Amino acid sequence: MDMNFFILMKPELLLTGLIFIIMFAKIANLAENNGRFLILVNTLLVLNFVAGFFMNQEGTLFSGMYITSDSMAFEKNILNGGMMLISLMAYDWMMRCKNTPEYYMLLLSAQLGMFFLISSGNFLMFYLAMELATIPLAALSNFDLDRPKSSEAAFKSIMSSAFASAIMLFGLSLMYGTTGTLDFAEMQMLVTGSSLQVLAFIFVFAGIAFKLSLVPFHLWTADVYEGSPVPVTATLAVISKATFIFVFMSTMFTVFANFFMVWDKVVMISIIATITIGNFMAVRQTNLKRVLAFSSIAQMGYLLLGVASTSVQGASSVLYFMLIYVFSSVAIFAVVGLIFYQTGKEDVADLRGFYKNNKLLSWVMAVALFSLAGIPPTAGFFGKYFLLTSGAAKGDYIVLTVAILNMIVSLYYYLRIVKAMFIDKSENDFERISVSPIVTVSIVVCIAGVLLTGMSGEVYEQIKSLFLASN
Amino acid sequence: MSDSLALLLVPALPLAAFLLIFLVGRVYFPKFSGILGTVIMLATTVISMATAYKYFFVTGKVDGVYQHLIAFKFTWLPFSENVSIDMGAIMDPISMVMICVVTFISLMVHIYSLGYMKGEDRFAIYYSYLGLFTFSMLGLVLSTNIFQIYIFWELVGVSSFLLIGYYFDKPSAVAASKKAFIVTRFADAGFLIGILVLSYYTGTLDFETMIARLTVPGSELTAITTAGFLGVSALTWGLMLVFMGGAGKSAMFPLHIWLPDAMEGPTPVSALIHAATMVVAGVYLVARLFPIFAISCPVGLDVVAYIGVFSSMFAAIIACTQTDIKRVLAYSTMSQIGYMMFALGVAGYGGENGLGFTASFFHLFTHAMFKALLFLGAGAVIHYVHSNDMRDMGGLRKHMPVTHIAFLIACLAIAGVPGFAGFFSKEEILTAAHNSNPIIYWCAIATAALTAFYMFRLYFNIFWNKEYHAHHSDSHHGDDHHHGEAPWSMKAPLIILALLSIATGYIPFGNFVSSDGQALHSEFHLTSAILPVSLAIGAIIVAMLFYRKKNAVPDKIAGTIKGVYTGALHKFYIDELYLFVTKKLIFGIGGTIAAWFDKNVVDGVVNFSATVGENFSDTLKKMQNGKVQSYAMYFFTGVLGFVLLFVFLWDKF
Repeated sequence: MDMNFFILMKPELLLTGLIFIIMFAKIANLAENNGRFLILVNTLLVLNFVAGFFMNQEGTLFSGMYITSDSMAFEKNILNGGMMLISLMAYDWMMRCKNTPEYYMLLLSAQLGMFFLISSGNFLMFYLAMELATIPLAALSNFDLDRPKSSEAAFKSIMSSAFASAIMLFGLSLMYGTTGTLDFAEMQMLVTGSSLQVLAFIFVFAGIAFKLSLVPFHLWTADVYEGSPVPVTATLAVISKATFIFVFMSTMFTVFANFFMVWDKVVMISIIATITIGNFMAVRQTNLKRVLAFSSIAQMGYLLLGVASTSVQGASSVLYFMLIYVFSSVAIFAVVGLIFYQTGKEDVADLRGFYKNNKLLSWVMAVALFSLAGIPPTAGFFGKYFLLTSGAAKGDYIVLTVAILNMIVSLYYYLRIVKAMFIDKSENDFERISVSPIVTVSIVVCIAGVLLTGMSGEVYEQIKSLFLASN
Repeated sequence: MSDSLALLLVPALPLAAFLLIFLVGRVYFPKFSGILGTVIMLATTVISMATAYKYFFVTGKVDGVYQHLIAFKFTWLPFSENVSIDMGAIMDPISMVMICVVTFISLMVHIYSLGYMKGEDRFAIYYSYLGLFTFSMLGLVLSTNIFQIYIFWELVGVSSFLLIGYYFDKPSAVAASKKAFIVTRFADAGFLIGILVLSYYTGTLDFETMIARLTVPGSELTAITTAGFLGVSALTWGLMLVFMGGAGKSAMFPLHIWLPDAMEGPTPVSALIHAATMVVAGVYLVARLFPIFAISCPVGLDVVAYIGVFSSMFAAIIACTQTDIKRVLAYSTMSQIGYMMFALGVAGYGGENGLGFTASFFHLFTHAMFKALLFLGAGAVIHYVHSNDMRDMGGLRKHMPVTHIAFLIACLAIAGVPGFAGFFSKEEILTAAHNSNPIIYWCAIATAALTAFYMFRLYFNIFWNKEYHAHHSDSHHGDDHHHGEAPWSMKAPLIILALLSIATGYIPFGNFVSSDGQALHSEFHLTSAILPVSLAIGAIIVAMLFYRKKNAVPDKIAGTIKGVYTGALHKFYIDELYLFVTKKLIFGIGGTIAAWFDKNVVDGVVNFSATVGENFSDTLKKMQNGKVQSYAMYFFTGVLGFVLLFVFLWDKF
């Protein structure tokens, strides 16, 4: 084992190191003082994020079990950045929590699973990493121990994902049965498109679709998002979704590349169902977190457009949009979390008159929501535009039409939130929400991201060069 | 000053005004914001006029042909090697005419609002929105890139939304702003798809390149004309979808339903946005892509022509029956834009055939003057009477002499009475129509007569008819008859615009704007003017007989043609039709598929987009019952569905 090992696996090793540091801090009773502990953890997360940008190499390890490339390193950086922002924005809430070391240990374990998932080159690795990325998050859903809804969320999450895993495992075993290998590269050669393999593919697809909350595998999403603590919801909605869209893209492009004729159709149907049903359900919701849950479902549909285009442009549009999605969503969840933990309010209607005493937070929400809705000049608009263009380049006009019409529907519920905050009057004034400096930093970073990513073409160019280089 | 600097300043100054007033002025110097905005606007107007002058008389013409110059352009977002989104400013006759119109009318409205909006709570906000709108509109007309135009197109929509909803405590204003936003968004979705189609086949978003590739035979042109969908070529689809966006902004039938409601905004805003500038954006868009329409897709041009002439006549009929003076003007605007549209539609590319193109822009120019004047005059009247309804008015000529004369001049101009600006531009349009299509020509003649009739119906009802006496019952408006006609800030724009409503007609427009850049000398045929002019004068006389003195004739006439009259009074039930289609038909079809869907249909809700959404999601909600075991069942059903479809059925197709 040479230096190569340490450099290639750097992101995972750093995370493992972090987990151990936190564990020792807990054992050595260094975590008694919550404030000091949080400063330590957040500093480490920032360092970890910064370290992600240096010394990245492409290569494989363990005879193809572990793969890394420039685009994967970039994906991991997005996850690191997202994790850091969520941790910063949850600072006020964490200060009041007990058992913070456990929270971070579980969280970072899940992230470790996600990293391995992105880098996996073998279905065995893939499955193990997927479980590692799922189970700690289910436990975290129960972190608001005194709220029954939180326990309900955890229970639903673990039961549903067990079911999805079982189906997926069945699919994997069928793939193994027909090809005799679990290695991605080898399997790619042996995929023939027989009926049994189509069946196996659909099972595997359903497993990933469950994680991505594609319709009709999405039903767990709203309940779990609503019940989980807000930072955990943010992790599920942002980090977990980002991971699985990357993984979906890389497996579709490698293992199932010869299977394109089938998975293209499957994905097209999913896109139409996901965008439409996600949007129409979101229209219906009154609970803010549930609105966001369904909106995130619909956004996944748009991302799939880029995946299905199977072009460099499509792939880079996916990464670009994901980056914007991270910024916008974290900003929204930051505000939602502040409101929820300081006032207990979580309905859209409760936000009436919010603007009066919380001008800054209102604008943050408005900008981030505009970005999700795809209203120019926010970055979200360009993200969506690039995704749609890559879809257009492939010629899926029916799907595109559905997607564009749905953008109009989505305006309704995004603007409803904005309207409640800015325009609707309420009898009682909405109290002033206090925001600590650390949370402000994360919000400012997010909003700057939402605006700057859209304004500068550099970011997109940079992402595209990652894919061009590796091809 | 170099052109690039000047054209950078032209949109940048209003933007600066917006930011300055919105961020600082609103809090620290709300009263002064109006003056500040007006001064900045004055500077912008001077710069754009000087730039246009320099273009038309010094730099623009090379060998007798006006050039398309790019003042500046930088790549903003590179999408792929060939396709990039640029930001830039184009200099050609139509963009130069547009910046003059936009800045000048905006300046007039800025000055006028100093008096009209005085004492409003959100005075500074109002001026900041005006700045935002002017910036967006200037960015739109200067666009070098179809995507740049789309971005500013949306920004214009947003500022229009903000200004319509300016009186946000009035539910009707909020509803109107929402309606305008939704209808134009719907049209813009078509526009975006159109952009995607055109840019996909041409591999560019740049106007110049796109026009070059789609007018000269080459691989792109072959590809886009051979590819088709439902038997129509991709080029036609693309252009028609782009036109859909234009029709939405320009209130062409059947996307016009937002314009009359948009009159809920403050009256100067109606003058600026919904009469002179934003609503002609659709005309501008078609003119921008005109070579493609004219050379490669004549079918598309026919569609533009027929939609234009139909909207024109349709709106004129409705205008004859409305009693809200601003709504009369709104329908008249729609009718006149229809004129501009069909003028483009009957035009060809180059030489004499391009007369319609010139005429369209000539009419756009003169119409901006007299229609802004009509709205500002109507604003002065409303300011005085505190009502929009012409039944509350009458005999105002003695109370408001300046407004009266200005309004009369504008009415004569729009009616096409010789000597006034509207006569010249309308005559040119009619000549162009006469040379190409008899159906359109006769419809246009009929519309011209209707126009004269409803404008003078409006005029006599406001200024003659019965004697005016203030409503004494309105105690809080008790001091009405003490305040005079209007402050000078309101009268001055009226006088300036009234002079221009005469003078602009004498500009030899063909020298400046033509389809191919070469000067076009249109001959004026006295004989062809006899029919429309005598019809217009006849219509004015009829209006005078009906409305100069209060009498029973109009009611009797309305009684005899009851069907048409009530139809027109209710705007031919287009709004109801929309509600019917969205509520009954769309849901009705859904209802046959699933019977329980039906009960939501009958109930129906007012806002159609919300209704569609809420009913559909109602049924979806049944899936989401909170039981984890049923989630698993749906999951499994989904898997099974895919398996059935792809393992067993797919090959059979």
